[in-house]
Amino acid sequence: MTALSVRNLAKTFTMHLRGGISLPVVENVTFDINAGECVVLGGPSGAGKSSILKMVYGNYGVDSGEVLIAHDGKMVDLASADPRTVLTLRRDAIGYVSQFLRTVPRVSALDVVAEPLVVRGTDKDEAQQKAGEMLSRLNLPERLWSLPPATFSGGEQQRVNIARGFITHHPVLLLDEPTASLDAANRAVVVGMIAQKKREGVAMLGIFHDEEVRAEVADRIVDVTGFAPKVAA
Amino acid sequence: MSDEPLLRVKNLTKYYGSRLGCADVNFELYPGEVLAIVGESGSGKTTLLNTLSANLEPSSGEALYRMRDESWRNIYELSEAERRFLTRTDWGFVHQNPADGLRMTVSAGANVGERLMAVGDRHYGKIRDTALDWLGRVEIAADRIDDQPRSFSGGMRQRLQIARNLVTGPRLVFMDEPTGGLDVSVQARLLDLLRQLVGELGLSAIVVTHDLAVARLLSHRMMVMKGGHVIEAGLTDRVLDDPREPYTQLLVSSILQV
Repeated sequence: MTALSVRNLAKTFTMHLRGGISLPVVENVTFDINAGECVVLGGPSGAGKSSILKMVYGNYGVDSGEVLIAHDGKMVDLASADPRTVLTLRRDAIGYVSQFLRTVPRVSALDVVAEPLVVRGTDKDEAQQKAGEMLSRLNLPERLWSLPPATFSGGEQQRVNIARGFITHHPVLLLDEPTASLDAANRAVVVGMIAQKKREGVAMLGIFHDEEVRAEVADRIVDVTGFAPKVAA
Repeated sequence: MSDEPLLRVKNLTKYYGSRLGCADVNFELYPGEVLAIVGESGSGKTTLLNTLSANLEPSSGEALYRMRDESWRNIYELSEAERRFLTRTDWGFVHQNPADGLRMTVSAGANVGERLMAVGDRHYGKIRDTALDWLGRVEIAADRIDDQPRSFSGGMRQRLQIARNLVTGPRLVFMDEPTGGLDVSVQARLLDLLRQLVGELGLSAIVVTHDLAVARLLSHRMMVMKGGHVIEAGLTDRVLDDPREPYTQLLVSSILQV
């Protein structure tokens, strides 16, 4: 079953502050992802992997093409959807594990992780318990749970971020280098969590620079260099 | 989120004599939605906020509001009494300068209690209990209830103003640079508090700010204004991560990184 279908996406940035120059990034980006499958975007830095991920999540607008996401029994185009529909899709259908944690002042790590469940109506105690389970699994020392993550190390912040991204049950999950600043033991934990999501039928689209991790999680690699714009602007 | 908007704004235009305040503004606001209006000084964002909150009459256009009885009313055609009821109960307005939204020479408790009395609450003990509860929610110590806001710090005054506005359970809150004149550390605390209250209470809010970090943290959607016109609008992270208009690109690229 197709969970995410990307059709003919194209993106060009127009830099108005640089005399209006055009920077074509990608064109004809087309691929499908089935439920339970993890597809990894491949290609060197600057090929447009992050841009594709951001277009699929709606952080970047698209010049043309569609991002079809299964929701309520039909395929909904996120690329042309109004802001409310995008927010609904993000609540119910598509999740995103970003590379960096955007920290909110004063909010504890446990609440940062529990928040996605709380805003979806889960009881606060239950959400916190689940958040604790996620953080334990990722080996974040319990003494850090009550502290705001702003002062945590890069690896600790990333684990908080992963816990927050994995705690919900989105049928489609985007992964932007979730293992970048982790040690080998924690990378293995994340690989295990991705495998579990696959068994639960989650479709994943990710960027992984670590070759070992990529080899373990990827069912298929989509080479982004194939989407390079043909005509120079 | 509910499927029916709370507010529908159509072609709202405000001139001061021949000078343009804001022109042809159109949007809908849904329950639970926070809309940020950003732009530089003189872009028309405060004029728009004051017009939306019925403090100014528009030159043309309308703002339809879904009342508690589900009837749709153009707020500029309400009677004075109806409008007063709306602004005192169903709406809140958080001013940049707390002194504009508070009565500085009556106690903190009375500042909160006054809005309750405006909706017909008469039981003194109950009003005081509610005021105490709200002071707690905005993190003001209970033993300050009888002090006047004159003796409060800027951050405390702003939190008191927020409590005064939210105590009547409004459905729509207007905020004009709510973290404006505050220290960065105080701003962070206030932002976190606002974010939490807006989420818990399911409020709709329209927030005017020139601070894009405030917009990012608080709002779902944003509108960018320049010269009285809305030049770009959309999902907050789309506008901030992929700005299209030259002016929006300038705004986003002007943020200092720390």
